[in-house]
Amino acid sequence: MTKWVFKGLQTGIKTTAYPKAEETAVGVSPGRPAGAEFAREEEARAVANLCPTSALAGVKDEILVDQARCIQCFRCKREKQQSLTWEEGYEWARFTAESCRLDKPFSRSLHIRILDAGACGACMSEIKQISSPYYNIHRLGFFITPTPRTADILLVTGPLTDPMRLPLEKCYEAMPLPKRVIAVGTCALSGGIFGPSFAVGAGIGETIPVDIEVPGCPPPPLATLHALLMAAGRSGKRQKKGRA
Amino acid sequence: MDLTLNNILKFVDLPQAVASRWKDKARPRMDQEKLRTSIICDPGVLQELCGWLFSDQRYSFATMVVEEEETEWVIRYIFYGNLGGGQVHVTVRFPLSRIKVPSISPRIHAADWQEREIEDLFGLLFEGHPRLGDFVLHEEWPEGVNPMRKSFDAVRPYSHKELDPDWRPRTILEAPGAFMMPIGPVYSDFAESAHFLLETVGEDVIRTIPRFFYKYRGIEKIAEGLSVDRVLFLAERFSGTSAFAHSLAFCQAVEKICNTEVPARAKSLRVLLAELERLRHHVATISGICSSTALAVAASQASILEEELLRLTCRFTGHRYLFGLNIPGGLAADLGDDQCKEIGEAAWDILDNLKRLQEMLRFTSSFLDRLEEVGIVSREKAVSYGLVGPVARASGVSRDLREAQPYSDYGGRLKFQVPREQEGDGYARLRVIFSETEQAVNLIHQIASSLPTGPVIMKPVLSKGAALGLSEAPRGAAFHWVCLDEKGTVTRYRVMTPSFVNWHGFHLAAEEFAFQDFPIIMATFGLSNAECDR
Repeated sequence: MTKWVFKGLQTGIKTTAYPKAEETAVGVSPGRPAGAEFAREEEARAVANLCPTSALAGVKDEILVDQARCIQCFRCKREKQQSLTWEEGYEWARFTAESCRLDKPFSRSLHIRILDAGACGACMSEIKQISSPYYNIHRLGFFITPTPRTADILLVTGPLTDPMRLPLEKCYEAMPLPKRVIAVGTCALSGGIFGPSFAVGAGIGETIPVDIEVPGCPPPPLATLHALLMAAGRSGKRQKKGRA
Repeated sequence: MDLTLNNILKFVDLPQAVASRWKDKARPRMDQEKLRTSIICDPGVLQELCGWLFSDQRYSFATMVVEEEETEWVIRYIFYGNLGGGQVHVTVRFPLSRIKVPSISPRIHAADWQEREIEDLFGLLFEGHPRLGDFVLHEEWPEGVNPMRKSFDAVRPYSHKELDPDWRPRTILEAPGAFMMPIGPVYSDFAESAHFLLETVGEDVIRTIPRFFYKYRGIEKIAEGLSVDRVLFLAERFSGTSAFAHSLAFCQAVEKICNTEVPARAKSLRVLLAELERLRHHVATISGICSSTALAVAASQASILEEELLRLTCRFTGHRYLFGLNIPGGLAADLGDDQCKEIGEAAWDILDNLKRLQEMLRFTSSFLDRLEEVGIVSREKAVSYGLVGPVARASGVSRDLREAQPYSDYGGRLKFQVPREQEGDGYARLRVIFSETEQAVNLIHQIASSLPTGPVIMKPVLSKGAALGLSEAPRGAAFHWVCLDEKGTVTRYRVMTPSFVNWHGFHLAAEEFAFQDFPIIMATFGLSNAECDR
């Protein structure tokens, strides 16, 4: 087994410096539309019409972005590359209310239960990355727990399919107080391209209260990491307010 | 096997043979390109005809498509040849008032789950099928409501039966002293939602009864009435880890309907991106297998490579999971020749690392002990369940659509091999996956060094029609049946995925094993519930 120890040592440290420093590697995030201002109203409307999920709204000469609806299809970016601001970055998480931050005793360590409420697999794959060497949440005191009974955070992906409603409710109830819910991905926020329909709802907020929203399709691992830091009250000054 | 091979007819002789064998009960017709034979068949001989195609003529069963027309049901059974043959579409028609139809699953076990699915979603009863009942729609769904019927409104949220929180699925224990160990739907660290009932006597598990469709989003139903543009999102995003392969299959169906010739450059780039996705998927599977055996360093090594591939993909295509690239007629964005070369170089480095990892794994006895002779699927079972992808290829069935039904740029100038192993155990599956990564990198290189020039998009003019699009997704064969009307809206969309097919055969591997091997068997199958449940 010693060869594996040497292999590990040989590889060196791959882990990102985030949150101490910004992660600048290319390809950690696909970016997202951040709105724009136009000279004329028609131009704004033309850009908004490119959006197949109505995430972009042309209000007068401005474009407002509803991040909970954006599925990163890049249609606006490819068509109107110059006029639209494309935000590179990953600090996308936001509180639904300021009171959602956990108290001081939780600032050093959190236990997380992940629940898949009908996600496509990309969100789950991105969440899986947070415990891989590149992101390594353990160094920050975050741990995945197999049972909701020892979890502080419930991380939910997917638009909430009907058969998962009862497991989600049960899982939420089984968690001790105080508890917080992080909804990850456009589907979990608004139902995405699937809901509402006969089989899925319009996001998990209909069933359990959501404290932190992480938009993106799928949100990159650093966005999920940002949400966890926010829940623990450690995201600090780096946290920016998103538009709209 | 070689003896019976002599009896297999050439594809061009098939219509003649069917016509003489079933006289006026089956009417075969071959299309002009000699790629597809359509057989209109009487319900009375359906089972016999399909059984003959599957067992005697060795055709693989792809999927069955039910269409509700104004006055009748049309059920289409799609087969494809593995030995150089094209597709065979067998259709039967029934008046709408009739809901009892003959089952083919007594002869073709591969159709077992598909008939159960159709029974649940359309309300058609398959005569002679042993296990009908709740399958896709669980207990909270009211009996007698069939969402795939045309009269059902897909958009309106549907009210459900209030369920007793203490409800448990019905179980039947077979072994004396055994009990049922439930796993899921919320279990493990990062697992997708699914439920498994393990019949166990303590340490040893006797059999596994899986229960899926916790993630049923009804994409086949919500696609109806939407434009091609919108259905493309569903095709791409119902299974995010194999998005490119599925959107490719969908796009090819639309292109076939509209007679669009995809530019040569787009065809080549599609192969490059599909292989990049396969490479990433397989690396993730390798990471999963290593972590299921608790070999942490190896799992980390593989997940480092996975993240590197994700970043590479994002750097050149804009998205980490290749979303938003495929559109009917080609690709939404072009890649430069230099960029392709860079992808090729990076893929080469990844392969180099993978080979070193494989070499180390090969000499780690504690790892091999846990994979060898674990979760065996025999060749006979793999054939009768119609398994696909690396799972089938590890059991000696070299079934690969890139070879059997060449599409895009496969089958032409590109050279590749379909790796195959015989043992059918966990280690054979791992070896197949490792060999496939090598083939994928080879293909990426071949394309990067010989990219045709020209545009990457040829916008199709939408027209009425129906066609089957197919692609070899990382997990195996994917089929998308698309029907368009004059306005270019989708009237019927049918998706058959490799995860659906392979989960059907999962219980074969999960029989008579020690409890701690369960995650290992799961990991070596490398399946997705999102892809299965749709």
